[in-house]
Amino acid sequence: MKPPFSVIFLTTLIGVGQGLFLALYTGQLYSFFDLLPAQDSRSFYATGSIIALVFLGAGLFASFFHLGHPERAWRSAAMWRTSWLSREVIVLPAFIGTVFLYGVAHWFNFNAPMIELSGSHQVDITLILGAAGTFLSFALFISTGMIYACLRFMQEWHTPLTPINFTLFGGASGFLLASVFAAMAAPQLTGFYAGWAIILTALAFISRSASLWRNSRIKPKSSLSTAIGIKHPNIVQISQGSMGGSFNTRAFFHGKSAAFIRTIKPGFIVLTFILPLILLVPGLSSPKLLVAAFVIQYAGLLAERWFFFAEANHPQNLYYQKVA
Amino acid sequence: MTQLALVIDLNVCVGCHACVTSCKEWNTSGPAGPLSDSDPYGANPSGTFFNRVQTFEVGTFPNTATVHFPKSCLHCEEPPCVPVCPTGASYKRKEDGIVLVDYDKCIGCEYCSWACPYGAREIDAKQKVMKKCTLCVDRIYSTTLPEADRRPSCVMACPTSARLFGDVHDPESVVSKAIRESAGYALMPEWGTQPANHYLPRRKTTMTIHEDELMRVDNPLKIDGKLPKPSKQQPTLDDSTSW
Repeated sequence: MKPPFSVIFLTTLIGVGQGLFLALYTGQLYSFFDLLPAQDSRSFYATGSIIALVFLGAGLFASFFHLGHPERAWRSAAMWRTSWLSREVIVLPAFIGTVFLYGVAHWFNFNAPMIELSGSHQVDITLILGAAGTFLSFALFISTGMIYACLRFMQEWHTPLTPINFTLFGGASGFLLASVFAAMAAPQLTGFYAGWAIILTALAFISRSASLWRNSRIKPKSSLSTAIGIKHPNIVQISQGSMGGSFNTRAFFHGKSAAFIRTIKPGFIVLTFILPLILLVPGLSSPKLLVAAFVIQYAGLLAERWFFFAEANHPQNLYYQKVA
Repeated sequence: MTQLALVIDLNVCVGCHACVTSCKEWNTSGPAGPLSDSDPYGANPSGTFFNRVQTFEVGTFPNTATVHFPKSCLHCEEPPCVPVCPTGASYKRKEDGIVLVDYDKCIGCEYCSWACPYGAREIDAKQKVMKKCTLCVDRIYSTTLPEADRRPSCVMACPTSARLFGDVHDPESVVSKAIRESAGYALMPEWGTQPANHYLPRRKTTMTIHEDELMRVDNPLKIDGKLPKPSKQQPTLDDSTSW
């Protein structure tokens, strides 16, 4: 497939936003159960929500560049019964709205107790909004991943590892950004977030390695013989039905050399997993290293997402032997 | 239930591209707008087509066969492109099984083209909507065209009648008979898309001749020896009485 840059930015940016929101809410839950010191509503939770909204908004903005008719984008909420893309289109704005309300509730300190739990625990509106946001965040990870995983003949994508990878990548980059944010706004939480960033990055490394290993062993179900229905091992394409190329020769081939693919694969592994893991441990005492780790991991995620598209072999490419 | 479809006879197709040009001519001139081209007379012509003819060479020299392979939307009975469409612009008509795109609803997200294993869908570079074969839905239901012309324009144009059009759910239709009697097959059956369009295979006309059909063995066991030779005056009618 030809990697579409709008979708690469969409999926990586909203992943960071979702992960950052999950990190904020995890921190709030820990402090609710007195496992972490409580933070200031406005300077920590509300400001963190604003940062998450910036990433989510940037992702949403990038997605419009993928559309031929962005002015009709509202129509894409129609087929949520069958289409994962439609589900994503519904869940993304719902999640953005919930994060916005969560930020507003923290900004104006809406902490009137709504439910009394045993002891001194009081559930306020921010905790309820955060729970809804957590649900929507996971729903969004699954919708985004399933857009690719549901295409059964895209054998590289058609695996549960696809939505798992999207979730872990978003979580890792989001918690890493949370540790950067905490280093500035709430230094006593830096270690907590950096620890989770290490765990999630390691899990994402394992899960992405598993999908790379799986994809390297795929046996394509379709062949040129099944594509044109002629049983013979030696079939050579003479003409592709167009002289100067077509949509089919442009949209389904990444157009990069084998050497480039060989370079980007270890490249994204180093940038996304290895360098951030190396930087995170000393980063606990140096916010600059945390910033570097986040920037490097985000660059790695861009390369990872590019490779995710490029490694997928569309069966229609069988009809265009001369391009491949 | 009706399922309109094309049956393409690869044994007859000569690769003349008449179906391609006829399709383009009809479908670029209709009320749905042009199938736009870029640089049509330049070095790098490109454009939107519903139908293309590809050519393959099967086998190794000297035992090769050239196969011309017309390729368009197969109007699958289980179209994978339809459920993924987020807007409902892609749909399969209940009444005749044609898979169509509503150009006014399409947002040009290209997801349906990712979901079609055959690469039958092409985005129009100018109109920015997804396009594909309509089985000339505006011809076959036309009330103004003469009755004989209410067929897809590719079928009308084919000089060798390699393209048949009809209802594959009607067992007595010309297409069903052709599939049944000439071993019609579907493309990429492994994905369960159940394409409505079928292809008829290349067929070689061969005759099996055994040795004893060339060299007659009238008396294989040689028990009686040779029959006595008839005299020259005796009439000879055929080889059973000529000796």
